[in-house]
Amino acid sequence: MLYSIEEFYSILPFIILSTGILISVLIEMYSSKSEKILPWFSIIIFSAAGFYSLLTVNSMSVIMQGMLQTGGIPNIFHFVFNFGAAITCLLSVDYIKKYGAFFGEYYILIQISVLGMMCMAGAKDLFMIFIGLEVMSVSFYALAGMNRKRLNANEASLKYFLLGAFATGFVVYGIALIYGAAHSTSIDVITASFPAMSGNVIFLAGVLLFLIGFSFKIAAFPFHMWVPDVYQGSATTIAGLFSTGGKAAAFSAIIASLAPLFAGSVHVFMPYLAVISVLSMLFGSIVAISQNNIKRMLAYSSIAHAGYMIIGLAAGNHAGIAGIVFYLTAYTFMNLGAFGIVSLIEGNGETNLDLNSYAGLSEKNPMLALLLSVFMFALAGLPPFAGFFGKYYVFISAVKGNITWLAIVGVISSAISVYFYIRIVVLMYFRDSQSGFTIKNSSAGMLAVIISFMLVILLGIIPGSVINLISSFLN
Amino acid sequence: MIEQYIPVFLVIAFAIVFAVLVVFSSKLLGPQRPTPEKLSTYESGMKPVGSTHERVSVKYYLVAMLFIIFDLEVIFVYPWAVKFRILYNEIGTSVFVSMLIFLIVLELGYLYVYKKGGFKWE
Repeated sequence: MLYSIEEFYSILPFIILSTGILISVLIEMYSSKSEKILPWFSIIIFSAAGFYSLLTVNSMSVIMQGMLQTGGIPNIFHFVFNFGAAITCLLSVDYIKKYGAFFGEYYILIQISVLGMMCMAGAKDLFMIFIGLEVMSVSFYALAGMNRKRLNANEASLKYFLLGAFATGFVVYGIALIYGAAHSTSIDVITASFPAMSGNVIFLAGVLLFLIGFSFKIAAFPFHMWVPDVYQGSATTIAGLFSTGGKAAAFSAIIASLAPLFAGSVHVFMPYLAVISVLSMLFGSIVAISQNNIKRMLAYSSIAHAGYMIIGLAAGNHAGIAGIVFYLTAYTFMNLGAFGIVSLIEGNGETNLDLNSYAGLSEKNPMLALLLSVFMFALAGLPPFAGFFGKYYVFISAVKGNITWLAIVGVISSAISVYFYIRIVVLMYFRDSQSGFTIKNSSAGMLAVIISFMLVILLGIIPGSVINLISSFLN
Repeated sequence: MIEQYIPVFLVIAFAIVFAVLVVFSSKLLGPQRPTPEKLSTYESGMKPVGSTHERVSVKYYLVAMLFIIFDLEVIFVYPWAVKFRILYNEIGTSVFVSMLIFLIVLELGYLYVYKKGGFKWE
């Protein structure tokens, strides 16, 4: 229910997206060319919601009877989700014909999942997080199995569904225990009673279960089993969305629920977070070296990146939160760019996905080779690009939070990961091509990759002003 | 704290004892004169045919899922309709508008299923 016109303006991104979903369903019902109309319609909806969120980033408010928060960090996340999804739609225009999932529902499901992510980012109540999580996850399960005729797509969908449902069970059980201890699901009330509760076993077990459930969603080490199979089995563009939007949404929910606790409270969860962070970083970086399939390699790199981001949570200070938000923004665009190029090079029927297909790409298509090198350098965290500053801010926060050893492990792990990122660059520039496939031209996909490229460069040039903007919302 | 739950434990204990008692007393006390007909599966007087673990057509699940949607609709609409006059006097027209939005969203889904042939049996 809306009480004022200000509340309407605050909730406008949600209204734009919800109305967009309903209109998309109507288009899908009544148009025979819905597969051609819907990508462009989705991109318009996503851009409208994303840019509106970015424009109103300074107007903070709590709406819907204290359920939702808008302005500040949630709006930055809304922009990242919407813009990431818009890039995914742009990549999908030509890709899903190759992949064999040429339905209009594909785009409707992407829109619904983004609505769920937005609910998670702005949540002020544990129920809001749960609803957002389910809206996002259920559309993700369907998206993973979009091509019903392909066996590994079915496997990906089923694996994601079973493990995801299990993770949701953890989250709900955690919420139940937190409610039992704090007598409220409102995050403000829980935060206020936290100092008194930090010795309460039921409460701590609840928060720990909540964190474990989200560790599944962010693909941290002991809960990462689904990641490589799901990324390999589902469409490449959708795998890009899982690794960026899904991860960013899970982190935004953790930040929405736990960030208030970092304002001076005893940080009792540091050991758990530090351990899964170290394990994710090292496991992801080391196992990625032995992968031959580029989608599996990017999946393990996504596990490693989850580890770097958790350092910011383990640091337990505002610099860590700001670092995670910046890292996620940068990671979304560089990873979508990398997955985008993989989707452009992929042939009919999931061919050209092993690393050898990338040999000699610099002669075949110099533009793609250059862009992919930039994304690989950015993911490895080399200085001029956005990925470096993401890691830099997160590591600095660890030093400020007196856990310098975690930052050192992070640097060692980045050094290991440089090997498998640079290997692709070496393959593209210094090896001769072995297979004579041709790359289909896709101007929409190329545009999406170039937009991600420009954002990666932009975030690398002006990291200071972005991080200042993020930090200003935290104090 | 734990004393509050004693009635609950009593109910659980009574349920277990009662269930065990009923099942085993009929076995112990009743006369047992089995014949092959008596021991076979009861299927309304028909001879049992085939395995019980048959695969059910996916169409039944589709109907069940669609039923749940309208079941939930009733759960939301029924209490709303019962309390409508009180809510209307307290809050005003937005009581009606918000339910209308909910129903529009729901009916759009219904229309989608209908257009896509979700109700066709063959």
